[in-house]
Amino acid sequence: MREVGIVSFVQSAVARDDRHNETEMLVPTIHAAIDQSGIKKDDLGFVCSGSLDYLQGGPFAFVAGLDAVGSWPPMRESHVEMDAAWAMYEAWVGIQSGEFDSALVYGFGKSSPGDLHEIMTLQTDPYYVVPLWPSMVDMAALQARAYLDASGRDEDDLAEVAARAQRLGEANPYAVRFGDVDAKQLLAQPVTHDPLRDADIAPITDGTAAVVIAAGDLARSVCERPAWIRAIDHRIEAHGLGVRDLGTSESTTIAGAAAGVGRGRVDVAELHAQFSHEELMLAEALGLDGETVINPSGGPLVSNPVMSTGLIRIGEVARRITEGEAERGVAHATSGPCLQQNLVCVLEGS
Amino acid sequence: MADPLVMPHALEYPGGYTRSVGPVIGRFLTGLRDGRIEAVKLADGRVLVPPTEYDPSTSAPVEAEGAHWIEVGPRGTVQTYTWVAEPRAGKHPLTKPFAFALIRPDGADTALLHAVDCGSADAIRVGLRVAPRWKPERSGHITDIEAFVPLGDGEEPEPPAVHAPAEDEQPVTGITTPTRLEYRLTAGEATARYLEGLGHGKIIGGRAPNSSDVYAASRGTDPISGEATSIEEEVQSSGVVTTYCVVNIPGLSDLAPEIPYVSAQILLDGANNTFFGLIRGVEVDDVHMGMRVKAKWADQLKPDHTSILWWEPTGEPDEEYDRYKDYL
Repeated sequence: MREVGIVSFVQSAVARDDRHNETEMLVPTIHAAIDQSGIKKDDLGFVCSGSLDYLQGGPFAFVAGLDAVGSWPPMRESHVEMDAAWAMYEAWVGIQSGEFDSALVYGFGKSSPGDLHEIMTLQTDPYYVVPLWPSMVDMAALQARAYLDASGRDEDDLAEVAARAQRLGEANPYAVRFGDVDAKQLLAQPVTHDPLRDADIAPITDGTAAVVIAAGDLARSVCERPAWIRAIDHRIEAHGLGVRDLGTSESTTIAGAAAGVGRGRVDVAELHAQFSHEELMLAEALGLDGETVINPSGGPLVSNPVMSTGLIRIGEVARRITEGEAERGVAHATSGPCLQQNLVCVLEGS
Repeated sequence: MADPLVMPHALEYPGGYTRSVGPVIGRFLTGLRDGRIEAVKLADGRVLVPPTEYDPSTSAPVEAEGAHWIEVGPRGTVQTYTWVAEPRAGKHPLTKPFAFALIRPDGADTALLHAVDCGSADAIRVGLRVAPRWKPERSGHITDIEAFVPLGDGEEPEPPAVHAPAEDEQPVTGITTPTRLEYRLTAGEATARYLEGLGHGKIIGGRAPNSSDVYAASRGTDPISGEATSIEEEVQSSGVVTTYCVVNIPGLSDLAPEIPYVSAQILLDGANNTFFGLIRGVEVDDVHMGMRVKAKWADQLKPDHTSILWWEPTGEPDEEYDRYKDYL
C-alpha cells in the first residue's frame, strides 16, 4: 500500500446562500485548498468531486463545478453522485494504483433551493417506496424508533446529543445552528417527526469542502504533518428498509473492523450523523468509548452542507492531526436512507 | 446591492415517471391488483416481502414462477413507526395525518413500508396489529393498499372489493409515478449582472484579473483558470456564426414557433467564448459559418433570455476562418 496523506482541507457553509451560484460558491474553497496544499494546480494528478444534480434540479449540474477548478487543457477528472468522501476514496484508489501521486477532491451543494428531505426520497426503491413519498426525515424517524426500542435508550438521550452538538457548534465558524442549550430546553420543544424534534435533525445548509491528498514523499515535502490515511473501508446494506435491522448499523461495524478502528486508541472521531440517534448508533457500531472525543466540531447537527458533509468529517479529523491536537482519529461518512452505506477512514499523524 | 435574482423552477416528468417493473415485482403488483400480498421464500427459508429480483443476502436470482411464491398477511404487525402530522398534498397516500410504519405481514420475515390510518399519534405503537384497507379500484401499484388500519382482537380484516378483470387483462408490467420537485434557484452574481444587462439592451460579460479573455454570459469563473470573473466587461451584440444546426423538431423553443429554424453558436465581438442564439431574417439554407450577425432586441426589454428575440445577418462580408477556428 502507498502512504497517502491529507495535506490541505478547506470548507464553507452558510444556512442559505442567495448571492452565489454553486460554481461561485466553490471558487474560494478550491483555490484555498490548492494554495494551502503547496502543490501547483497544474501538478495535481487527478480531480474528483461529489455532488447531487437533484439539489439543483438539472441534469449534469455537476459539470459546472469544474469551471471553478479550471479545466483547460483537459485534465484527468471524475465525479461521484455521492458525498465527496467517496470521491476521496476514488482518488485514494487511483493513487494506490500508481496512476498519479496527488489529487484535488471537492464536494458542493445547496440544500436551500429545493426541499432536501423530499429530494432524498428519490434515492429509495422506485416501485415500493417512492410512490408513498416518505421523506428523508420520516425514514430516519423509523430508524430512530427502531433504535430506541432495541437499545433501551429514550428521547432524553437524543436531546443530550443534540444539545451537546449545539454547544460545541459555538466554536465552529461553519456552524449554522448553535447555542448554549441543554437537553431540558430541547425536550420542551415539540416532536415534529416522532420521536425526533427539529434539534435532532441536521439543519439545511449550503456549502462546499475540498481536500488535497498526496502520496508519501510528496505529502511530506509540502506538509509538516500530513494526516495519513491508514485505511478506508465502505460497506452497504440491503435496499429494502424492511429487510434491514434498523436498530443497529451493521455495515458501519463491518467497515470499522475492516479499517482497523479498534487496533489503537482513537483520540477523535467525526461521524456523519444527520440525526441525533445516528451519532449514538455509529459510536456503538464503531466501538468508540469514553476516551474518544466524538464530533468536536458539533458535527452535521450544526452544519450539513449535503454532499460535502462526509468529506468534512475527514477534513475535521485531518485538521486536528495536522495541528497536533490528535494522533489518531476516525472519520465516517454515510450515503442513502437510514445509514444504508457507510465509509470509515482511519487517519494518523505518524 | 440589488436583491439577489432568484427563479422558481420545477423538475417534473409530465404524466409521471414510467417504469417497467419486470416479472418479479410485476407478480407482486399483480397480486395487489387482485387483493393479495404475495411473498417469496428464499433459499435460507426466510420469507421476503415485498419481493425483489434477488435474494438480499446472497444476490441469488429470485424466479418469477415456482412454489417459493406464497401468500402472506393480510394481517400484520407494526415494527416501527413515525407520525406524519402534515401530509404532503399530491404525494402522501392520505390527506389527513397518518403514521408511516414498517409492517411485517403474518407469515413474512421482512417488513414493507406503508401508511397506517389510525386517527391520532397516540393510536400507533410498535406491535400494533393492522390489516390493509384496499382501494376498491386497483391498478397494480403499491398504493392499491390505501393504508393499513388497526385491527382489534378477534376482528377480521375487511376483504378487498373483488377485482373484475377486463377480458384482455395482462399481468402488471409497468407503473407510473408522478414526480414533481420545486426549487427557488439563485442566479449568482455573474449571471445576475448578465441578466440585468439584458434588461438594458446590453450583453455583460466578465473577465478574471489575470487574463485578457472575456466571457459573455459568464457563470462566474474563467473556465481555463478557474479564477472568478470579477471584472465586468460589456461585449457587442454582434458577432460571427461559428457553427449552427437546422432544427426540424417543433416545440423546442418558445422563441421559434415555426420549423425549420436555425440555432447557432455566435462568437460575439469582444468575447472569447461563443453564445447561443437563433438565426432569423435569412433563408435557412443560406445560413453559413463565418456569417456576420447582430442581435434583434425585443421592444420590451426584461432581465431574461426573451430580450434577444433572434440574430439576423448584418450584410457585412464573412469573417475569415482564422477569426473563429479556435472556437469550434
